[in-house]
Amino acid sequence: MSSKKIVFLTIEGKSLGFYFLLGVFALMVLAGLGASYYMEHHGHVVTGMNNQIVWGMPHVFAVFLIVAASGALNVASISSAFGKVAYKPLARLSALLAITLLVGGLVVLVLDLGRPDRLIVAMTRYNFKSIFAWNIYLYIGFIGVVAAYLWMMFEQRMNRFTSAVGTFAFVWRFILTTGTGSIFGFIVARQAYDAALLAPTFVIMSLSFGTAVFILMLHFIYSMTGRELGDLLVGRLRNLLSIFVAAVFYMTLIFHLTNLYGTQHHGVERFLLLEGGVFTQVFWIGQIGIGTLAPLALFWLPGINKSRGSILLGSLMVVIGGLSQIFVIIIGAQAYPLTLFPGKTVSSSFFDGAINTYSPSLPEWVLGISGFGIALLATLIAIRVLPFLPQRLADAQTES
Amino acid sequence: MTTHRTTAFLLSGSLFLGLALTANALSGPKIPQARGEKCVEPVEMMRRNHMEFLKHKRDATMRWGIRTEKHSLVGCIECHAAKGEDGKYIPVNDPDQACRSCHDYTAVTMDCFSCHATVPKEGAAPAGSKGDS
Amino acid sequence: MSTTKRPDNRGRRRFLTAAGGVTAVATIAPGVRLIQRVLAKEDDQAVSSAVRWGMLINTNKCATGCNDCVTACNSEHGLRDTGRPDTDPQWIRKVKLVDDQTGKETSLPMMCQHCEKPPCADVCPTGASFRRTDGVVLVDKHICIGCRYCMMACPYKARSFVHETLTDQRPWSPRGKGTVEACTFCVHRVDRGQQPACVEACAGADHGALVFGNLNDPKSEISKRAKAVSSRQIRADLDLNTGVRYEGV
Ligand code: SF4
Repeated sequence: MSSKKIVFLTIEGKSLGFYFLLGVFALMVLAGLGASYYMEHHGHVVTGMNNQIVWGMPHVFAVFLIVAASGALNVASISSAFGKVAYKPLARLSALLAITLLVGGLVVLVLDLGRPDRLIVAMTRYNFKSIFAWNIYLYIGFIGVVAAYLWMMFEQRMNRFTSAVGTFAFVWRFILTTGTGSIFGFIVARQAYDAALLAPTFVIMSLSFGTAVFILMLHFIYSMTGRELGDLLVGRLRNLLSIFVAAVFYMTLIFHLTNLYGTQHHGVERFLLLEGGVFTQVFWIGQIGIGTLAPLALFWLPGINKSRGSILLGSLMVVIGGLSQIFVIIIGAQAYPLTLFPGKTVSSSFFDGAINTYSPSLPEWVLGISGFGIALLATLIAIRVLPFLPQRLADAQTES
Repeated sequence: MTTHRTTAFLLSGSLFLGLALTANALSGPKIPQARGEKCVEPVEMMRRNHMEFLKHKRDATMRWGIRTEKHSLVGCIECHAAKGEDGKYIPVNDPDQACRSCHDYTAVTMDCFSCHATVPKEGAAPAGSKGDS
Repeated sequence: MSTTKRPDNRGRRRFLTAAGGVTAVATIAPGVRLIQRVLAKEDDQAVSSAVRWGMLINTNKCATGCNDCVTACNSEHGLRDTGRPDTDPQWIRKVKLVDDQTGKETSLPMMCQHCEKPPCADVCPTGASFRRTDGVVLVDKHICIGCRYCMMACPYKARSFVHETLTDQRPWSPRGKGTVEACTFCVHRVDRGQQPACVEACAGADHGALVFGNLNDPKSEISKRAKAVSSRQIRADLDLNTGVRYEGV
């Protein structure tokens, strides 16, 4: 352990840049609220969503944020649950991001409801067979557990419980992401879901997306506040991220190979991998190209993998790849028609047997992106008010 | 400074209250005369508890298929919807109509009529129905 | 999850009065006299699990090009064509099947299958999607939050989301923006001993492809027919025990 004491400080928050960012994020949030109001007022008819594609862009962003949230806690878990001291200075930020990203995702999810005014109903009436209902508990509980965890870290008298509460939070986040994955995995009706594999895949996705977002946030906060951030630490995070990216790739591979084995899934596989138009493109270019191969090259190729630039670019690509992956999982699966009568070609006025198209409207994009706005705004305010970040993260401080 | 502000505050407050009271006195809820002999419950009871009756009935009807007329929203509307000069029914959630005038007065929003019909349907009811619940 | 306790109407229950009718004799199609035991439920009587409503659809009798059941449903429940087929709700639709190998064409109506174990009700976070004890699957629009998870989960694409503000709804069929809806088996009619609108229309067009009745009553027309001919559930692999069955596919 480093002998140098870590000093946590709030950011000063008086610069023009601070207020500028505050303004930008606040505008994003306002725009999201406006988009939601517009959608509720006119009904979802003003969106690209319809009776075929019932979940659209807001859900892609919301699920990404929720998944990334539990992954963002990863850094803290490594320090508290697995005792890796090197990550300890980062634990507070890690826990903070876990909360803010989750809140961002949940708000988007709620604002897209057909009746967001009935949020109170969702909070008071539960059908305990519904994975959604479990998730409401898991999400709210997660915020509570992580908040407690933060308190253990902030309050010196409580420090000794940090590791216990951290471990608890780690287990909780595991269940939480499993729950999120199960939202899709338990849907027996759809050809592209109905796979227990989706739950563990979501867990690994969360590690990857969460770590990527964490690296980006860490870097930008430190560079904007002029604090020191050592390459050693960032390099460690890069190694971690590269393993997660590879693991997600492996899960994707297994998922499709399993599907390709059974004849009844050939249709949907051919659709997603070969003939699905935008979905095929997003899969190959977005998820595999930008989200997997490019970042792996940036992280692994000697010569470039040391530069801060490639690490940041790689992390950004992982985020874009993650959004692509969730897009394919959520929307691609709905675009492919349900098979009600195997061996027959079906048609109807209700688009039976037809490949559905989806063109997201502006309000959906705005609402989705505002989820990031909420997360960023909340993070910015939090680090201004409370000492989440070490004053310096120079290499000497983080050597273990 | 502080005293000034307080005075201004009080002044504007009482002005507002005064205005509000005058407005109330001038335009209390005006409920059009209902048809039918008398309500299914005493007026006082209805005034306080109609929402509970409706809620109870809605669950009984929806979950248990109980389709008696008493306390059913459709029943309310059948008596309380007024006809305009053109002989057509006026929606009960129009301003100054049975539901709305009171709800405006008490500033309570209604959520019934985003789904429920606001006028009785003459002749259009399914054969044999006695006014549904 | 049900919001109300089962209403107790012992003592008030009058069984099968003359008005309710023990047996209704209906002419479904010329020459076919259908004797159906109508479970005359009094208005104040709660539904019970002694009844399991179901429908048997004979696709051999279902005429290609005929849309009468759909039209009847639309007018019964006030579903209107806005010219936006992507978002317009459809509670019942005609599906055309062509066998990939033999080329045989079949036409059939598709709607909520009123499963005994409905996936929509399983996934619904608030309990808005529920199954009445007599087997009818409904949405409690008072507590539906419009999350559309049920639409993701329904294997039959039977549900629609109301995408825009509605006015002029039918008093017996409340429907509204932001909530999910589907075929109700015309509970408002069935509770009073009538047939669903689609069934009536199909019979009225002399096709008689739809038989509706109580699957729990061995003497009902539907039970007898279901016992005599071979019929199937769509996506029987999911083991949902659907209330709607098809013969001839
Ligand atoms: S849309 Fe309504 S009925 Fe469907 S799952 Fe959500 S709350 Fe339940």
